[in-house]
Amino acid sequence: MRKLFKRVFERIIEGLLTLSGGITSFAILLIVIFLFKEGAGLFQSPDVEKGYVLAVNATNPVEHLDAKQIKEIFDYEFTDWQSVGGKDEEIKPFRFDEIFSLYSEEEFGEDYALLPEKLGETIAQNSGIIAFIPEMYAPKDNISVKILPAKNILFSEFFTGKEWMPTATPSPQFGVFPLILGTLWVSIAAILIALPLGLGVAIYMSELAGERTRKLLKPTIELLAGIPSVVYGFFGLVVLVPMIQKTLNLSVGETALAGSIILAIMALPTIITIAEDSMRNTPLSMREASLALGATDWQTIYRVIVPYAASGITAAVVLGVGRAIGETMAVLMVTGNAAIIPHSLFESVRTIPATIAAELGEAPTGGVHYQALFMLGCILFIITMIISILSEFISRKQQNKGL
Amino acid sequence: MNKKTKQKIAFTVFRILSLIVVGILFWILGFIIYRGIGVISWKFLTTAPTDGMTGGGIFPAIVGTLCLVAGSIVLAFPIGVMSGIYINEYAGNGWLVKFIRIMTNNLGSIPSVVFGLFGMSLFVNTFKFGDSIIAGSFTLGLLILPLIIRTTEEALKAIPDSYRTGSYALGATKLQTIIRVTLPMAFPNIVTGLILSIGRVSGETAPILFTVAAYFLPKLPHSIFDQVMALPYHLYVIATGGTDIEATRPIAYGTALVLILIVLLMNISANVLRRYFGKKVKTH
Repeated sequence: MRKLFKRVFERIIEGLLTLSGGITSFAILLIVIFLFKEGAGLFQSPDVEKGYVLAVNATNPVEHLDAKQIKEIFDYEFTDWQSVGGKDEEIKPFRFDEIFSLYSEEEFGEDYALLPEKLGETIAQNSGIIAFIPEMYAPKDNISVKILPAKNILFSEFFTGKEWMPTATPSPQFGVFPLILGTLWVSIAAILIALPLGLGVAIYMSELAGERTRKLLKPTIELLAGIPSVVYGFFGLVVLVPMIQKTLNLSVGETALAGSIILAIMALPTIITIAEDSMRNTPLSMREASLALGATDWQTIYRVIVPYAASGITAAVVLGVGRAIGETMAVLMVTGNAAIIPHSLFESVRTIPATIAAELGEAPTGGVHYQALFMLGCILFIITMIISILSEFISRKQQNKGL
Repeated sequence: MNKKTKQKIAFTVFRILSLIVVGILFWILGFIIYRGIGVISWKFLTTAPTDGMTGGGIFPAIVGTLCLVAGSIVLAFPIGVMSGIYINEYAGNGWLVKFIRIMTNNLGSIPSVVFGLFGMSLFVNTFKFGDSIIAGSFTLGLLILPLIIRTTEEALKAIPDSYRTGSYALGATKLQTIIRVTLPMAFPNIVTGLILSIGRVSGETAPILFTVAAYFLPKLPHSIFDQVMALPYHLYVIATGGTDIEATRPIAYGTALVLILIVLLMNISANVLRRYFGKKVKTH
């Protein structure tokens, strides 16, 4: 009896162990489901602010406007209906609150019952008008008013749009292009700084340093990886940013360059550790063969060891890029966060993670802005997944390189 | 140019590069220690912020971070160790274990801000935990899971197979062998992973931004459903917000120093432990 009980107990524990073996896969599954569930909602949301509609005069031939056009109209960039495919007529943008300057309070009647009627009147009188009004006050059954049909935010608009203005009215602009570009600029510049530095240290650690130096150097590098990113950001903010501003004579020091330098420091441990590991794995026979042919140590390093470790070094770079792309707090604190398409490293940029961190607090849960930020999270997730699998693939190639 | 001279130049360059990297680390550490050491006092560590965060201490943030560390470790450590045991002792060498390993790596490479988004969507909104210690602990727990799994796996892998076969030969079952032989021997190395996770959790900001962190909350939490302040978020807030920079900067330096000290302490003790027990296992 006791023996049976014991065996059942063991089976249960082993079952639990098996279950927990799947925990990471389960977690990733959950992350995918929840990120994409919230993010995908973006493309089922109207491109005009929720609860509002756009109304035009019925004689206006324009049937629909996209988010970009609506924004340009209300920014007075487009002033003629011709530019959006209509008649040659002046556009008169009309915001809801303007109605209160056209009529007196009494004219709206009790509980604003006559408000839709007055709106209808205004729209009917102006052939070039485009009115941005709440759906509940939209004039119904008025033949001289045409409500523009709401359109969903388009996938293509999201990825190619060049403006990120999530709180613009009447039509928020969700163009991630500048954010993607900002992320790439900062990350690639960071790797360009970190790679020579990291490779140099890796070579020093694996080939030149004595055992004692190595034992001191390794924990030091690990420590560099352990410093919280918010501390890096703080250091960048109080030391690096003023320094860049002064030496380069810029009006603001919060630039892509500051972000890249901080990210380079943060990516160093990843690059050094992986590159060093793969160099140390070079078989002794290969080193000896090279030395026996009369090559110097240095010739052996750059003709034999570095080429041998090439895929390990590539994996290191790829992982370093991955780390840089996802880094949030440090970048948020030093890059200035202007959502514009960057032209040089000396301008303020905004990256995808920084955008999420900076804006999610203000975005109402479940709203379009919230969904757009989750969509950004999806993009980040996909990029890092690709990078992670890619580096896995590359380092497996290294392992297969047997002799 | 002579090949010996070339070698000399190249090696000098590598030495200088290494010195630069070490120099950067000491620059950052030195700068924060130098600026922060004058700020830290018993009063700074044990009082709440006052005067709209321009005065007082960081006590609630320290308590908050401790809560998050405890919460996430309690949630992630047991399951992470179990997962590590499964991968190394049970799963064998087939496609399944490869898949699990890839998934663990993938989870570890997901940016922390994505964990924040996920935590907000699942724990805060779907489970209706609200901004709370428990939502934050779950989120941070997921974040450190890969680290714990990997260190457990490595620790178990380091145990020579002869110990296992010896135990089997004495009639022990597989589970008995794991509980009585393998796990106790691997334990010090597993604890290293635990310590490193503590360091990681105390420093993470992005995952707690939307799941637990409070901007300003002088009172201490009463239950796991309360919001708390946390050290890294506090540092972010006082470093970037506020107009009275002269009053807030010292507090920021102090907070950064406390954070760095926690991380330093965790890293050093992990290293000491690793070195001490690393030798012990070998000479057994």
